[in-house]
Amino acid sequence: MDSTLRLIATNPVDHLARTVEALLVVASAPLSVAELAEAIEDDPERVETALGLLRERFSERRSGIVLEKVAGGYAFRASREASEACARLFERPVERGLSQAALETLAVVAYLGPCSRPEVARIRGVAADSAVASLVERGLISEAGRESGPGGAVRYRTTPLFERVFGLENLAALPRLDDLGASSGELRDRLLEVSAARAS
Amino acid sequence: MPSAPVRELDLDLEAFEGPFDLLLTLLLREELEPGEVDVAAIVLAFVEHLAERDEIDLDACGEFLVLVSALLELKARLLFPDEAAELDALEPEEAAEELARRLAEYRRMKEAAVWLAERLAGERDRWFRLGPAPLAPQPERRLAPQDPNALATALRALAVPPPAVSLSHMALRFPPVSQFLDRFRALLSRRRVFDFDGEVAGLSRAEQAVAFLALLELRKGGEVAISQSAPFAPIRISRADDERITTWTARSA
Repeated sequence: MDSTLRLIATNPVDHLARTVEALLVVASAPLSVAELAEAIEDDPERVETALGLLRERFSERRSGIVLEKVAGGYAFRASREASEACARLFERPVERGLSQAALETLAVVAYLGPCSRPEVARIRGVAADSAVASLVERGLISEAGRESGPGGAVRYRTTPLFERVFGLENLAALPRLDDLGASSGELRDRLLEVSAARAS
Repeated sequence: MPSAPVRELDLDLEAFEGPFDLLLTLLLREELEPGEVDVAAIVLAFVEHLAERDEIDLDACGEFLVLVSALLELKARLLFPDEAAELDALEPEEAAEELARRLAEYRRMKEAAVWLAERLAGERDRWFRLGPAPLAPQPERRLAPQDPNALATALRALAVPPPAVSLSHMALRFPPVSQFLDRFRALLSRRRVFDFDGEVAGLSRAEQAVAFLALLELRKGGEVAISQSAPFAPIRISRADDERITTWTARSA
Protein backbone atom coordinates (compact mmCIF):
# COMPACT_ATOMS: atom_id res chain seq x y z
CA MET A 1 0.00 0.00 0.00
CA ASP A 2 1.29 3.45 -0.95
CA SER A 3 2.14 5.86 1.87
CA THR A 4 -0.40 8.65 2.52
CA LEU A 5 0.36 11.82 0.57
CA ARG A 6 0.96 14.78 2.90
CA LEU A 7 -0.76 17.91 1.59
CA ILE A 8 -0.30 20.19 4.66
CA ALA A 9 3.30 21.25 5.17
CA THR A 10 4.18 22.75 8.58
CA ASN A 11 6.02 26.04 8.64
CA PRO A 12 9.60 25.55 9.93
CA VAL A 13 9.23 28.51 12.34
CA ASP A 14 5.84 27.40 13.68
CA HIS A 15 7.26 26.18 16.97
CA LEU A 16 9.28 29.35 17.38
CA ALA A 17 6.20 31.45 16.58
CA ARG A 18 4.25 29.73 19.35
CA THR A 19 6.99 30.60 21.86
CA VAL A 20 7.09 34.23 20.67
CA GLU A 21 3.31 34.37 21.00
CA ALA A 22 3.55 33.05 24.58
CA LEU A 23 6.15 35.66 25.53
CA LEU A 24 4.07 38.47 24.08
CA VAL A 25 1.02 37.30 26.03
CA VAL A 26 2.94 37.44 29.29
CA ALA A 27 4.59 40.82 28.57
CA SER A 28 2.85 44.01 29.71
CA ALA A 29 5.05 46.23 27.51
CA PRO A 30 6.25 45.82 23.92
CA LEU A 31 9.15 43.40 23.45
CA SER A 32 11.86 44.10 20.90
CA VAL A 33 13.24 41.49 18.50
CA ALA A 34 16.49 41.47 20.47
CA GLU A 35 14.67 40.81 23.75
CA LEU A 36 12.63 38.01 22.20
CA ALA A 37 15.67 36.43 20.56
CA GLU A 38 17.58 36.54 23.83
CA ALA A 39 14.74 34.97 25.79
CA ILE A 40 14.19 32.19 23.24
CA GLU A 41 17.92 31.78 22.59
CA ASP A 42 17.37 31.86 18.85
CA ASP A 43 18.49 33.85 15.87
CA PRO A 44 16.94 37.39 15.61
CA GLU A 45 16.26 36.86 11.90
CA ARG A 46 14.28 33.70 12.62
CA VAL A 47 12.39 35.58 15.36
CA GLU A 48 11.50 38.27 12.83
CA THR A 49 10.22 35.61 10.47
CA ALA A 50 8.11 34.16 13.31
CA LEU A 51 6.80 37.65 14.09
CA GLY A 52 5.81 38.05 10.43
CA LEU A 53 3.86 34.83 10.68
CA LEU A 54 2.17 36.00 13.89
CA ARG A 55 1.29 39.41 12.43
CA GLU A 56 -0.50 37.64 9.63
CA ARG A 57 -2.28 35.34 12.03
CA PHE A 58 -3.16 38.07 14.56
CA SER A 59 -4.47 40.80 12.31
CA GLU A 60 -7.65 42.87 12.07
CA ARG A 61 -10.74 40.89 11.04
CA ARG A 62 -8.86 37.59 11.44
CA SER A 63 -8.50 37.63 15.20
CA GLY A 64 -9.78 39.43 18.29
CA ILE A 65 -6.15 40.02 19.24
CA VAL A 66 -3.91 42.03 16.94
CA LEU A 67 -0.13 41.99 16.95
CA GLU A 68 1.28 45.47 16.33
CA LYS A 69 4.71 47.00 16.02
CA VAL A 70 4.77 49.85 18.52
CA ALA A 71 7.16 51.69 20.87
CA GLY A 72 10.23 49.96 19.46
CA GLY A 73 8.83 46.46 19.87
CA TYR A 74 5.91 44.12 19.36
CA ALA A 75 2.78 43.88 21.51
CA PHE A 76 -0.70 42.51 21.41
CA ARG A 77 -3.77 44.73 21.51
CA ALA A 78 -7.49 44.24 21.09
CA SER A 79 -8.87 44.36 17.55
CA ARG A 80 -10.57 47.61 16.62
CA GLU A 81 -13.93 45.89 16.11
CA ALA A 82 -13.91 45.05 19.85
CA SER A 83 -13.19 48.63 20.89
CA GLU A 84 -16.77 49.52 21.85
CA ALA A 85 -17.05 46.53 24.17
CA CYS A 86 -13.62 47.41 25.61
CA ALA A 87 -14.74 51.00 26.21
CA ARG A 88 -17.74 49.77 28.17
CA LEU A 89 -15.59 47.64 30.44
CA PHE A 90 -12.26 49.47 30.72
CA GLU A 91 -10.94 52.98 31.27
CA ARG A 92 -8.12 54.96 29.71
CA PRO A 93 -6.36 56.42 32.77
CA VAL A 94 -3.30 57.60 30.86
CA GLU A 95 -4.88 59.83 28.27
CA ARG A 96 -8.13 60.76 30.06
CA GLY A 97 -8.44 64.52 30.56
CA LEU A 98 -5.14 65.51 28.95
CA SER A 99 -5.26 69.33 28.89
CA GLN A 100 -4.08 71.57 26.05
CA ALA A 101 -1.17 72.68 28.28
CA ALA A 102 -0.22 69.05 28.89
CA LEU A 103 -0.35 68.24 25.17
CA GLU A 104 1.83 71.25 24.31
CA THR A 105 4.29 70.27 27.04
CA LEU A 106 4.26 66.70 25.76
CA ALA A 107 4.97 67.95 22.24
CA VAL A 108 7.97 70.00 23.46
CA VAL A 109 9.39 67.05 25.41
CA ALA A 110 8.78 64.63 22.52
CA TYR A 111 10.54 66.84 19.97
CA LEU A 112 13.23 68.50 22.07
CA GLY A 113 13.71 66.00 24.91
CA PRO A 114 15.48 65.48 27.07
CA CYS A 115 14.59 69.00 28.17
CA SER A 116 13.90 70.79 31.46
CA ARG A 117 10.83 72.59 32.78
CA PRO A 118 12.45 76.03 32.23
CA GLU A 119 13.03 75.10 28.58
CA VAL A 120 9.39 74.10 28.19
CA ALA A 121 8.34 77.32 29.93
CA ARG A 122 10.60 79.37 27.63
CA ILE A 123 8.93 77.97 24.53
CA ARG A 124 5.36 78.06 25.83
CA GLY A 125 5.78 81.38 27.66
CA VAL A 126 4.10 80.09 30.83
CA ALA A 127 5.17 77.90 33.73
CA ALA A 128 5.01 74.21 32.96
CA ASP A 129 5.20 72.81 36.50
CA SER A 130 1.72 71.34 36.81
CA ALA A 131 1.66 70.07 33.20
CA VAL A 132 5.00 68.30 33.73
CA ALA A 133 3.84 66.83 37.05
CA SER A 134 0.65 65.54 35.42
CA LEU A 135 2.57 63.94 32.53
CA VAL A 136 5.03 62.29 34.93
CA GLU A 137 2.14 60.93 36.99
CA ARG A 138 0.53 59.47 33.88
CA GLY A 139 3.81 57.84 32.91
CA LEU A 140 4.03 59.66 29.56
CA ILE A 141 7.30 61.40 30.44
CA SER A 142 10.01 60.54 32.95
CA GLU A 143 13.14 62.11 34.42
CA ALA A 144 16.27 61.85 32.29
CA GLY A 145 19.10 63.35 34.38
CA ARG A 146 19.87 66.97 35.15
CA GLU A 147 21.26 69.91 33.24
CA SER A 148 24.94 70.52 33.91
CA GLY A 149 26.03 73.39 36.16
CA PRO A 150 25.01 74.45 39.67
CA GLY A 151 21.40 73.71 40.56
CA GLY A 152 20.88 72.05 37.18
CA ALA A 153 17.20 71.53 36.41
CA VAL A 154 15.75 68.04 36.00
CA ARG A 155 15.36 67.02 32.35
CA TYR A 156 12.51 64.95 30.99
CA ARG A 157 11.93 62.68 28.01
CA THR A 158 8.98 60.71 26.71
CA THR A 159 8.52 57.09 27.80
CA PRO A 160 7.77 53.97 25.72
CA LEU A 161 4.22 54.28 27.10
CA PHE A 162 3.89 57.61 25.25
CA GLU A 163 4.72 55.87 21.96
CA ARG A 164 2.33 53.06 22.76
CA VAL A 165 -0.57 55.31 23.72
CA PHE A 166 -0.12 57.39 20.56
CA GLY A 167 0.42 54.28 18.42
CA LEU A 168 3.92 55.27 17.29
CA GLU A 169 6.54 52.75 16.25
CA ASN A 170 9.14 55.16 17.65
CA LEU A 171 9.75 58.91 18.01
CA ALA A 172 10.88 59.11 14.39
CA ALA A 173 7.25 58.42 13.45
CA LEU A 174 6.31 61.93 14.66
CA PRO A 175 5.75 64.41 11.80
CA ARG A 176 8.74 66.58 10.90
CA LEU A 177 8.82 69.77 12.96
CA ASP A 178 9.56 71.85 9.86
CA ASP A 179 6.30 70.68 8.34
CA LEU A 180 4.30 72.04 11.27
CA GLY A 181 3.26 75.68 11.92
CA ALA A 182 4.23 78.90 10.21
CA SER A 183 7.78 79.56 9.04
CA SER A 184 9.83 82.11 10.98
CA GLY A 185 10.39 84.16 7.77
CA GLU A 186 6.67 84.62 7.35
CA LEU A 187 6.27 85.64 11.00
CA ARG A 188 9.23 88.01 10.78
CA ASP A 189 7.72 89.84 7.82
CA ARG A 190 4.43 90.12 9.69
CA LEU A 191 6.18 91.52 12.80
CA LEU A 192 8.06 94.07 10.74
CA GLU A 193 4.82 95.12 9.03
CA VAL A 194 3.17 95.67 12.43
CA SER A 195 6.16 97.62 13.72
CA ALA A 196 6.22 99.83 10.55
CA ALA A 197 2.47 100.50 10.90
CA ARG A 198 2.92 101.62 14.53
CA ALA A 199 5.86 103.88 13.65
CA SER A 200 3.94 105.67 10.87
CA MET B 1 23.55 98.96 54.57
CA PRO B 2 20.88 96.49 55.76
CA SER B 3 19.07 97.16 59.06
CA ALA B 4 20.25 95.41 62.20
CA PRO B 5 17.81 92.43 62.20
CA VAL B 6 18.72 91.61 58.60
CA ARG B 7 22.42 92.34 59.08
CA GLU B 8 22.57 90.19 62.21
CA LEU B 9 21.01 87.22 60.46
CA ASP B 10 23.55 84.45 60.90
CA LEU B 11 23.58 81.92 58.09
CA ASP B 12 24.88 78.38 58.02
CA LEU B 13 24.49 77.31 54.40
CA GLU B 14 26.31 74.69 52.41
CA ALA B 15 28.14 77.29 50.34
CA PHE B 16 28.48 80.01 52.96
CA GLU B 17 28.62 80.47 56.71
CA GLY B 18 28.42 83.90 58.32
CA PRO B 19 26.29 87.04 58.53
CA PHE B 20 23.84 87.95 55.77
CA ASP B 21 25.48 91.28 54.91
CA LEU B 22 28.81 89.50 54.30
CA LEU B 23 27.03 87.11 51.93
CA LEU B 24 25.63 90.05 49.99
CA THR B 25 29.05 91.72 49.84
CA LEU B 26 30.68 88.54 48.53
CA LEU B 27 27.95 88.11 45.92
CA LEU B 28 28.25 91.70 44.73
CA ARG B 29 32.02 91.36 44.50
CA GLU B 30 31.42 88.16 42.54
CA GLU B 31 33.53 86.22 44.99
CA LEU B 32 30.68 83.78 45.53
CA GLU B 33 28.56 82.10 42.85
CA PRO B 34 24.86 82.99 43.30
CA GLY B 35 23.99 79.60 41.90
CA GLU B 36 25.58 77.93 44.90
CA VAL B 37 23.51 79.87 47.45
CA ASP B 38 20.46 78.11 48.81
CA VAL B 39 17.93 80.98 48.94
CA ALA B 40 15.23 78.85 50.57
CA ALA B 41 17.60 78.17 53.48
CA ILE B 42 18.19 81.92 53.89
CA VAL B 43 14.43 82.56 54.01
CA LEU B 44 14.02 79.79 56.60
CA ALA B 45 16.84 81.25 58.69
CA PHE B 46 15.19 84.68 58.59
CA VAL B 47 11.80 83.26 59.58
CA GLU B 48 13.43 81.47 62.51
CA HIS B 49 15.26 84.69 63.40
CA LEU B 50 11.93 86.54 63.44
CA ALA B 51 10.28 83.81 65.51
CA GLU B 52 12.92 84.29 68.20
CA ARG B 53 11.89 87.94 68.58
CA ASP B 54 8.67 88.86 70.31
CA GLU B 55 7.66 91.59 67.88
CA ILE B 56 7.70 91.72 64.10
CA ASP B 57 9.90 94.41 62.60
CA LEU B 58 8.02 95.32 59.42
CA ASP B 59 10.87 97.46 58.09
CA ALA B 60 13.28 94.57 58.46
CA CYS B 61 10.82 92.17 56.82
CA GLY B 62 10.33 94.52 53.87
CA GLU B 63 14.03 95.05 53.47
CA PHE B 64 14.66 91.32 53.66
CA LEU B 65 12.04 90.70 50.96
CA VAL B 66 13.74 93.21 48.65
CA LEU B 67 17.19 91.73 49.27
CA VAL B 68 16.09 88.15 48.84
CA SER B 69 14.16 89.03 45.67
CA ALA B 70 17.30 90.64 44.29
CA LEU B 71 19.26 87.55 45.24
CA LEU B 72 16.74 85.30 43.51
CA GLU B 73 16.85 87.43 40.40
CA LEU B 74 20.64 87.29 40.41
CA LYS B 75 20.53 83.52 40.76
CA ALA B 76 17.87 83.13 38.07
CA ARG B 77 19.90 85.26 35.67
CA LEU B 78 22.91 83.05 36.23
CA LEU B 79 20.99 79.80 35.85
CA PHE B 80 19.18 80.83 32.69
CA PRO B 81 20.57 82.88 29.82
CA ASP B 82 19.66 86.53 30.05
CA GLU B 83 17.34 86.59 27.05
CA ALA B 84 15.94 90.06 27.61
CA ALA B 85 19.42 91.55 27.67
CA GLU B 86 20.25 89.62 24.51
CA LEU B 87 17.20 91.09 22.80
CA ASP B 88 18.00 94.62 24.04
CA ALA B 89 21.42 94.40 22.44
CA LEU B 90 19.93 93.52 19.06
CA GLU B 91 19.03 95.85 16.23
CA PRO B 92 15.23 96.21 15.63
CA GLU B 93 15.37 93.94 12.59
CA GLU B 94 17.43 91.35 14.42
CA ALA B 95 15.09 91.54 17.41
CA ALA B 96 12.12 90.98 15.08
CA GLU B 97 13.97 88.04 13.58
CA GLU B 98 14.65 86.57 17.04
CA LEU B 99 11.07 87.11 18.18
CA ALA B 100 9.76 85.59 14.98
CA ARG B 101 12.02 82.59 15.47
CA ARG B 102 10.66 82.07 18.97
CA LEU B 103 7.07 82.55 17.89
CA ALA B 104 7.57 80.09 15.07
CA GLU B 105 9.05 77.62 17.52
CA TYR B 106 5.99 77.93 19.73
CA ARG B 107 3.64 77.73 16.74
CA ARG B 108 5.28 74.50 15.68
CA MET B 109 4.93 73.04 19.17
CA LYS B 110 1.31 74.12 19.25
CA GLU B 111 0.74 72.42 15.91
CA ALA B 112 2.54 69.34 17.20
CA ALA B 113 0.16 69.34 20.19
CA VAL B 114 -2.79 69.51 17.77
CA TRP B 115 -1.30 66.60 15.82
CA LEU B 116 -0.93 64.61 19.06
CA ALA B 117 -4.54 65.35 20.05
CA GLU B 118 -5.79 64.22 16.64
CA ARG B 119 -3.63 61.14 16.79
CA LEU B 120 -5.01 60.32 20.22
CA ALA B 121 -8.58 60.69 18.93
CA GLY B 122 -7.73 58.42 15.98
CA GLU B 123 -6.28 55.78 18.28
CA ARG B 124 -9.28 55.75 20.58
CA ASP B 125 -10.31 52.30 19.35
CA ARG B 126 -6.91 50.77 20.15
CA TRP B 127 -7.05 48.93 23.46
CA PHE B 128 -4.11 47.21 25.04
CA ARG B 129 -3.10 45.81 28.37
CA LEU B 130 -1.29 48.05 30.79
CA GLY B 131 0.38 46.58 33.79
CA PRO B 132 3.43 46.63 35.93
CA ALA B 133 6.67 45.72 34.24
CA PRO B 134 7.32 41.99 34.35
CA LEU B 135 9.88 40.80 36.83
CA ALA B 136 13.39 41.02 35.56
CA PRO B 137 15.10 37.66 35.38
CA GLN B 138 17.17 37.05 38.47
CA PRO B 139 20.69 35.86 37.73
CA GLU B 140 21.30 32.49 39.32
CA ARG B 141 23.80 32.68 42.15
CA ARG B 142 25.98 29.64 41.92
CA LEU B 143 27.97 28.64 45.00
CA ALA B 144 31.53 27.48 44.69
CA PRO B 145 31.97 23.71 45.20
CA GLN B 146 31.61 23.00 48.91
CA ASP B 147 33.20 20.30 51.09
CA PRO B 148 30.56 18.54 53.23
CA ASN B 149 33.23 17.83 55.86
CA ALA B 150 33.77 21.56 56.35
CA LEU B 151 30.04 21.95 57.04
CA ALA B 152 30.16 19.05 59.51
CA THR B 153 33.11 20.65 61.33
CA ALA B 154 31.28 23.96 61.54
CA LEU B 155 28.15 22.27 62.91
CA ARG B 156 30.21 20.26 65.38
CA ALA B 157 31.74 23.47 66.72
CA LEU B 158 28.25 24.84 67.23
CA ALA B 159 27.06 21.67 68.97
CA VAL B 160 29.67 21.94 71.78
CA PRO B 161 27.89 22.86 75.05
CA PRO B 162 28.82 26.33 76.27
CA PRO B 163 31.11 26.59 79.34
CA ALA B 164 29.30 26.65 82.67
CA VAL B 165 28.67 30.15 83.97
CA SER B 166 30.59 30.89 87.18
CA LEU B 167 28.36 31.71 90.14
CA SER B 168 31.25 32.07 92.57
CA HIS B 169 30.58 35.77 93.10
CA MET B 170 27.19 34.89 94.61
CA ALA B 171 28.89 32.97 97.42
CA LEU B 172 30.98 35.96 98.56
CA ARG B 173 30.68 36.73 102.23
CA PHE B 174 30.67 40.40 103.17
CA PRO B 175 31.46 41.35 106.75
CA PRO B 176 29.05 43.89 108.29
CA VAL B 177 29.92 47.58 107.84
CA SER B 178 29.40 48.10 111.57
CA GLN B 179 32.42 45.91 112.23
CA PHE B 180 34.69 48.43 110.47
CA LEU B 181 32.86 51.41 111.92
CA ASP B 182 33.68 50.18 115.41
CA ARG B 183 37.22 49.34 114.42
CA PHE B 184 37.95 52.80 112.90
CA ARG B 185 36.30 54.64 115.83
CA ALA B 186 38.44 52.68 118.28
CA LEU B 187 41.53 53.43 116.22
CA LEU B 188 40.80 57.17 116.16
CA SER B 189 40.28 57.23 119.89
CA ARG B 190 43.84 56.00 120.22
CA ARG B 191 45.49 57.83 117.30
CA ARG B 192 44.72 61.18 115.72
CA VAL B 193 45.68 60.06 112.17
CA PHE B 194 46.00 56.74 110.35
CA ASP B 195 46.49 55.46 106.80
CA PHE B 196 43.54 53.60 105.29
CA ASP B 197 45.78 51.46 103.05
CA GLY B 198 47.89 50.35 105.98
CA GLU B 199 44.82 49.38 108.00
CA VAL B 200 43.20 47.26 105.29
CA ALA B 201 46.39 45.64 104.02
CA GLY B 202 46.07 41.87 104.18
CA LEU B 203 42.25 41.91 104.00
CA SER B 204 40.34 40.33 101.14
CA ARG B 205 39.03 42.47 98.28
CA ALA B 206 35.45 42.21 99.59
CA GLU B 207 36.55 43.19 103.12
CA GLN B 208 38.50 46.17 101.76
CA ALA B 209 35.40 47.33 99.92
CA VAL B 210 33.29 47.09 103.08
CA ALA B 211 36.01 48.94 105.02
CA PHE B 212 35.88 51.76 102.48
CA LEU B 213 32.08 51.94 102.79
CA ALA B 214 32.51 52.26 106.55
CA LEU B 215 34.99 55.08 105.97
CA LEU B 216 32.45 56.90 103.77
CA GLU B 217 29.81 56.42 106.45
CA LEU B 218 32.10 58.05 109.03
CA ARG B 219 32.81 60.94 106.67
CA LYS B 220 29.08 61.38 106.03
CA GLY B 221 28.49 61.54 109.77
CA GLY B 222 31.22 64.20 110.13
CA GLU B 223 33.30 61.98 112.39
CA VAL B 224 36.42 61.90 110.23
CA ALA B 225 38.29 64.00 107.70
CA ILE B 226 39.73 62.30 104.61
CA SER B 227 42.67 63.55 102.58
CA GLN B 228 44.66 62.23 99.65
CA SER B 229 47.62 64.16 98.19
CA ALA B 230 47.19 62.69 94.68
CA PRO B 231 45.07 60.09 92.90
CA PHE B 232 46.01 56.60 94.11
CA ALA B 233 48.17 58.08 96.89
CA PRO B 234 47.56 56.71 100.41
CA ILE B 235 44.28 57.87 101.97
CA ARG B 236 44.82 59.61 105.32
CA ILE B 237 42.10 59.56 107.94
CA SER B 238 42.05 62.03 110.82
CA ARG B 239 39.56 63.11 113.48
CA ALA B 240 37.09 65.69 112.20
CA ASP B 241 37.60 68.08 115.12
CA ASP B 242 41.37 68.10 114.37
CA GLU B 243 40.67 69.36 110.85
CA ARG B 244 38.35 72.09 112.19
CA ILE B 245 40.96 73.16 114.72
CA THR B 246 43.68 73.30 112.02
CA THR B 247 41.46 75.39 109.73
CA TRP B 248 40.49 77.74 112.53
CA THR B 249 44.14 78.18 113.56
CA ALA B 250 45.23 78.88 109.99
CA ARG B 251 42.45 81.45 109.46
CA SER B 252 43.09 83.19 112.78
CA ALA B 253 46.75 83.51 112.04
